[in-house]
Amino acid sequence: MSVAAEPQLEYRTAIVEAMAEELERDERVIFYGEDVARAGGVFKATPGLHERFGDERVFDTPISELAMCGAAFGAAVTGLRPVLEVMFGDFMTLAMDALVNQAAKWWYLSNHRTPVPLVIRSAVGAGGSFGAIHSQNPAPWYLSVPGLKIACPAFPADAKAMLKAAIRDQNPVLFLEHKRLYSLKGPHPQREVEPLGSARVARAGEDVTVLAIQRGVHDALAAAEQLAAEGIDAEVLDLRCLRPLDLDAVLASVGRTNRLLVVDEGAALGGWGGSVIGAVAQHGLEHLDDVWLLASPEHPVPYSPPLERAFLPGGEAIAASVRERLGLGAPTTT
Amino acid sequence: MKIMQSFASMSRRPHRTSHAAATVAAEPWLARLRQMLLIRGFELEIQRQFLRGEVHGTTHLYNGQEAISVGVCSVLRDGDYVAATYRGHGAALALGISAEALAAELMGRTTGIDGGRGGSMNVIDLERGLVGCFGIVGGSIGAAIGAAISAKRHGGVAVAFFGDGATNQAYFHECLNFAVVRCLPAIFVCENNLYGEFTPMERVTASDDIAARAAAYYMPSRKVDGNAIADVVDAAEEAVRHAREQGGPAFLECLTYRQLGHSKSDPATYRPTEERDAWLARDPIELEKARLRDVLGVDAVQIAGVEADVARELAEAIEAALAAPVATPENDCATEYAA
Repeated sequence: MSVAAEPQLEYRTAIVEAMAEELERDERVIFYGEDVARAGGVFKATPGLHERFGDERVFDTPISELAMCGAAFGAAVTGLRPVLEVMFGDFMTLAMDALVNQAAKWWYLSNHRTPVPLVIRSAVGAGGSFGAIHSQNPAPWYLSVPGLKIACPAFPADAKAMLKAAIRDQNPVLFLEHKRLYSLKGPHPQREVEPLGSARVARAGEDVTVLAIQRGVHDALAAAEQLAAEGIDAEVLDLRCLRPLDLDAVLASVGRTNRLLVVDEGAALGGWGGSVIGAVAQHGLEHLDDVWLLASPEHPVPYSPPLERAFLPGGEAIAASVRERLGLGAPTTT
Repeated sequence: MKIMQSFASMSRRPHRTSHAAATVAAEPWLARLRQMLLIRGFELEIQRQFLRGEVHGTTHLYNGQEAISVGVCSVLRDGDYVAATYRGHGAALALGISAEALAAELMGRTTGIDGGRGGSMNVIDLERGLVGCFGIVGGSIGAAIGAAISAKRHGGVAVAFFGDGATNQAYFHECLNFAVVRCLPAIFVCENNLYGEFTPMERVTASDDIAARAAAYYMPSRKVDGNAIADVVDAAEEAVRHAREQGGPAFLECLTYRQLGHSKSDPATYRPTEERDAWLARDPIELEKARLRDVLGVDAVQIAGVEADVARELAEAIEAALAAPVATPENDCATEYAA
């Protein structure tokens, strides 16, 4: 089979493979969104599904995010397993009632009788000059809502195995796909499903833990390579899920390195990075020699490419930040 | 007067019940009367229990609108779904949730239908087809189109109850359009009680004809007297038949009136006395009792027997609910996620 012969899996292909396999496996799974069916999605993450599974199970919707999310909730509590694509994460602002006041609460409010198995896939994040309102990560807006799960895979293998886990999950899952990862290639997953809520060490190290998600993991890995050449051994921890939070893995890593840098593409105040630091301070203060947050400035995401590059905490900024906190100067250039 | 204009503009269908009285069996109508009486008595009892401190927070009572939820739910069957509003005690009882389980829920008891976790505005019981009661205006409409996606697979339908206020929400317009283009078996039932909380509909709504808003989405729609249960049942039967057979949505605007204020703290002094009196004179329960006696030839003694039976059921339900343990951290075991 050509797929088996192909050693590398593209992130967007991981998405469509997971979707196809779960649509095939469970007839309760349906998938819909704006231009996801006939056009295969604006990020080309879902081509071919409509042709293969038909219009009752894979369909295009009106541009009505609230109706889409309300429908996903109603379908989920009545026995289906809807997967919905909200084209850009920024558009989720229009869908908050159905997600926050309905999907996240029905399991509890129904006295544990009514699970809400739905998935909202969405393209998120900055770095492509999409401007302020097509570049945000909506995760912090939902992070404080118990009952939701928030998955944010950084690698194609995780994108596939975690999306399959999300579709099989009994709870509402926000599945956030960073725009700058869709063309990334990497190994196929080793397991069919990857349970939601476990972090993974992407690079082992001893001197400092750099904690990140999504694109930030790749920036952290690039920074770690630079730092290694300078004698600093950074560990990169890929959180993979923001809720539930794998605090044990974070504390274990900090227990080894005693220093924690959290890289958050969003704003510092109220962001996921600050939340993790708060939990580490509360539960692992004895491990900490230093802890800090690298976030973006407190203004909207800029459009101009140089402005946007300066705005985002990329690999250079991560490396510089580690050097500064460890009291080391910039590497000597020749 | 605006209301009278609204009645005049209703598309009245031939009145089956008045012309075919001799052939219509009284039993189903007595059963519906019984449910209306149960809802009315339940709400009055809840008001009393609220004043006694046994019901907490707030309540939104359904007095005066009973014919709508009872009439619509009476034409549904197993496998159909209903999404209701925060004024949802009527829909819950009409779907068969026991008065005891509902009262216990409102009293925060462990024996409540949702273990005392939900309260008045958040009643959920999928076992009886109740997708939920929705505390945000319009929330029921979105849930119903999703339930309709499920129901379509087995020939079922999904009903959304909502008020006139919801017709100005995004949910209303997005979901009506969605239901039409996806050909969903959803039945949208607007209980137009003329007020959104304290504000008359005409002051905040750019139309005095809600059914016409639905018609603008090419959806079959009817406007009926929501206080006349026979009219509600006739229109609901037609809407459900359309949804089951054609697979597409239908719309009912039921004109009615909230006999009490918006919530427990609202004396509703903003309503003209003559308007209120005109509507109280058209109480849906009294109208139906008169119809049963005068048109269907039901004995007044038989009706009194139903009333006594309902009073007995309610007294037992309230007593049992009061005797049940209050939900406390010691007897509740919440988990964040479903396994």
